Amino acid sequence: MKNVPILIVLLPLCAALLSLALSKIRLHLGRDVIITAIGGSLVLSVYQLNRVIEEGPIRYGFGNYKMPYGIEFSVDAVGALIVILVCLMGLITCLFCINFEGNTDPTKIGGAYSLLALLVTGMIGMTSTGDMFNLYVFLEITSLSAYCLIALGGSRGIVAAFRYLLIGTVAATFYLLGVGILYASTGTLNMADMAFLLKKGGHDQAMLVSMCLFIAAFGIKMAMFPFHGWQPSAYTHAEAGARPLIAGVMGKIPAYAMFRYMFCIYGTGFVYFKQFLLILGVFSVIGMFYGSIRAMAQTDIRKLLAYSSIAQISYISLGFAIGNPLAIAGAFLHMFGHAFMKGGLFFCSGAIKYKYGTVDMNDFGRIYKKMPLTAGLIVIASLSMIGIPPTVGFFSKWYLAFGAASAHSYVYIAALVISSLLNAVYFFKLLEKVYMAKDEQLVDRAPRRHGELPVTMVLPIIICFLAILLLGIFNVKIVDILLMTVRGVAL
Amino acid sequence: MSWDSMSNLRPVLAVLVSLIASGSIFVLGEHVHRNVREAITFIAAFLKAAIVYSMVPVIVAGGTIEYSLFKIVEGVDFSFRVDAAGMVFACVASTLWILTSIYSVGYMRGHDEKNQTGYYASFALCLSATIGLCFAANLLTFFIFFEVLTVATYPLVVHYRDDEGKQSGRKYLAYTLISGQIFFAGIVIIYALTGTLDFKAGGFLTAKEIPMPWALVLFFMLVGAGIVKAGVMPLHSWLPAAMVAPTPVSALLHAVAVVKAGAFCTLRIVLYVFGPTLAKSCHGADILAWMAVFTILLSSFIAIKKDNLKARLAFSTVGQLSYIILGICVLTPFSTAGAIYHIVAHAFMKITLFMCAGAIFVTTHKKNISEMVGIGRRMPITMGAFTIASCAMAGFPFFVGFVSKANIIMGTISMGEPLFAATLVVSALLALTYLMPVVLISFKKEPVNAEFTTYGEASKAMLIPLMITAAISILLGIAPNLGLHLYDLALMAGNQIFGTIGVGL
Repeated sequence: MKNVPILIVLLPLCAALLSLALSKIRLHLGRDVIITAIGGSLVLSVYQLNRVIEEGPIRYGFGNYKMPYGIEFSVDAVGALIVILVCLMGLITCLFCINFEGNTDPTKIGGAYSLLALLVTGMIGMTSTGDMFNLYVFLEITSLSAYCLIALGGSRGIVAAFRYLLIGTVAATFYLLGVGILYASTGTLNMADMAFLLKKGGHDQAMLVSMCLFIAAFGIKMAMFPFHGWQPSAYTHAEAGARPLIAGVMGKIPAYAMFRYMFCIYGTGFVYFKQFLLILGVFSVIGMFYGSIRAMAQTDIRKLLAYSSIAQISYISLGFAIGNPLAIAGAFLHMFGHAFMKGGLFFCSGAIKYKYGTVDMNDFGRIYKKMPLTAGLIVIASLSMIGIPPTVGFFSKWYLAFGAASAHSYVYIAALVISSLLNAVYFFKLLEKVYMAKDEQLVDRAPRRHGELPVTMVLPIIICFLAILLLGIFNVKIVDILLMTVRGVAL
Repeated sequence: MSWDSMSNLRPVLAVLVSLIASGSIFVLGEHVHRNVREAITFIAAFLKAAIVYSMVPVIVAGGTIEYSLFKIVEGVDFSFRVDAAGMVFACVASTLWILTSIYSVGYMRGHDEKNQTGYYASFALCLSATIGLCFAANLLTFFIFFEVLTVATYPLVVHYRDDEGKQSGRKYLAYTLISGQIFFAGIVIIYALTGTLDFKAGGFLTAKEIPMPWALVLFFMLVGAGIVKAGVMPLHSWLPAAMVAPTPVSALLHAVAVVKAGAFCTLRIVLYVFGPTLAKSCHGADILAWMAVFTILLSSFIAIKKDNLKARLAFSTVGQLSYIILGICVLTPFSTAGAIYHIVAHAFMKITLFMCAGAIFVTTHKKNISEMVGIGRRMPITMGAFTIASCAMAGFPFFVGFVSKANIIMGTISMGEPLFAATLVVSALLALTYLMPVVLISFKKEPVNAEFTTYGEASKAMLIPLMITAAISILLGIAPNLGLHLYDLALMAGNQIFGTIGVGL
């Protein structure tokens, strides 16, 4: 089982490549193979996490080349957890997509699923890789498949995808420039080797410039304020089935990459480290307020959730900005929690769209009577967004606030408190619509005899519901695993 | 599992019982007959009361029951610890849940309310949270239940789902969530400063850890959530607004759980986190005591002017809760015992009054006092209970209100604060002024009100609970220790906090 890290990437990649051909043979064969492949990756990724917990970080060299020269995968505890997250969300998103196929053209169906599988592949690769250029390759796989999935969302999706493509390419170029500068001054592309060489000192200027480029690059990719311009329209108009994966997970992977660059490769010894943390902190605090205030003004639930993502992603970068182990662990906990909250809410909006064909919150009146399960997830995810115990949102906020209090950054605590209250404003507005507004008597487009939704939609909703509660109540287990990696590199 | 560890599990079970009930009502409520749904509530209510009562002997004997479930965050356990103060509140809440449930069935069916499933489920969830915060062993566990209570009450406040309800709901959330988040920040800072969150009788913070101006800031950050829920002026205005909800909800808010949770939170913060010494030296207790005095007087004057019976009772609650706050902030064993006992006293008095108001509303659809002339002719039992509760409210001897007030007054005098004592006496007179007119109007002989000539009480499901609570208001006044030894428990809590032994001046 030495090859597990690469198998996790290869399974969805191969399935993605085969999908089109298989769909020609039988309409849904490609889809089924992809779902099986991602399911296989999920199992393997759980196994990989167990190995990481027992034996420490896994380093896997490609083709038996000696280390700084060959390409390697290096998976630590945080990475292993994120890989599980990607596989799980990828799997349930694929299941969810089954209900949004719409036509019977094998090229279209096979192609759409292979894009999803490629997105999953790219994200797993970005998380697992230990090589700076390899990360670029996976970054591009992720981006390209995301552009296509966004463009699949109709005519407005194409415009949104084009905007994202332009700015995303800028981000990728920034990243490549940053890597180039570091490569020129150290002569290595292996992350561990790079960290070792940079610690010796003497590269401060190059490090400064490339860090600026990295922050901009990953900032754009994770839609952190003030680099978020592409994000609201892209999340809003992306293909309905794929939206949970795009909005829930895609922004988190660059955030993890940013963490690796700041803490694992540069390390706390970097001369301008504190300054960068401060910049990140300022961006995060403004982003929290900006995202929430914009979200308040929305009536389209997708837009509301998209703007709220800007605020929520700022929680993650705020954790990095505080910089001590518990705050970073809180940031990662929020990463997992938010994937299920935001993914879950997009599942809900997708389900409502599927059943009643509307995304306008003003039409949601009393929808809880007709879709109790969906409404239940909306409630629990909203409470988690606000940070009401015992949901995961509360505990990630606890670690962030506790980290800030230990670092005596009381401003950050105030920002967290205010941000929670701003979240409360628009999420309770959503709940008011779902539970109290006038019933709009919408026509049920997909009437069923039993249950409110098909089983492939119910399953993702239940998984998100349970994940939000269980991650909250048993957060210590996750945080312990996270701390295995984080303690070694944080302030 | 051995018997010992099972019996230590009781606080957890007490919380779980109603949590499970709430969940099953949510899931099953719409699919089973309403009698089955209500049966779930009653089974849970009786089980919960039985579990809570079964812990009383241990606590009265001076023991504690501790149980730690698991780590809830790094370094802090999700743990329960049953002590005297928590026991008193838990007994009150679990006893009243049974009575309110009986009453709810009468009221909700008599009034043909909608959304009953959500109502019963939220009610059970509220009770879970309340018992949880009674038994919470540390600030974080406490806060978790405190916030769950906040959120679980919201659907009850907006029960009618109309614009008025929506407005009140927003107001309620604005007050409680803002103060709750500030509470959260305070807890985080305390944990960062001291590394512990466990409640300790007499407090665990010291002036050394927190220098003076910050101690005061922190004091109000923490206590803010409590005094918002307890309706201390000027943070009370959500409470009268929440009157739009059905009457049993008002009973829950005012008597069983919510405002009491606020008072209990204040008790925990002032005496179990800060402790008498630090609360005194940072002047937090003084400021709070004066706020309470101000509230007691002002709310009584407002109550006199209200014609809507429920609004009058709401302002009466605002004033009565400040008795508890004042009793806590005087910082003597007696006043603390009085404050804790006032949780009991006020619960029984106020729930009687609210149940009477609800009974009147369901049978005659009258909300305003001026329309109730001669109603005693039609509903003699209800108005009799109302009279008893009014006398208790005014603090007549041999009524339950007397016991707690006498203790608080003894405490204030022993601290040499005659002004506080005078406030309490004056407010007792004011309580008479705003409650006695209702009694007098309802039993007026002339003129005979044509609407109320014949006898016609509310249904038995509503009548019996209010008779029971009125009877308890008298019984506990004559024998404060009757049944559950609540008075002993209150005294015990006072002595634990101040480290004093024995009773007597």
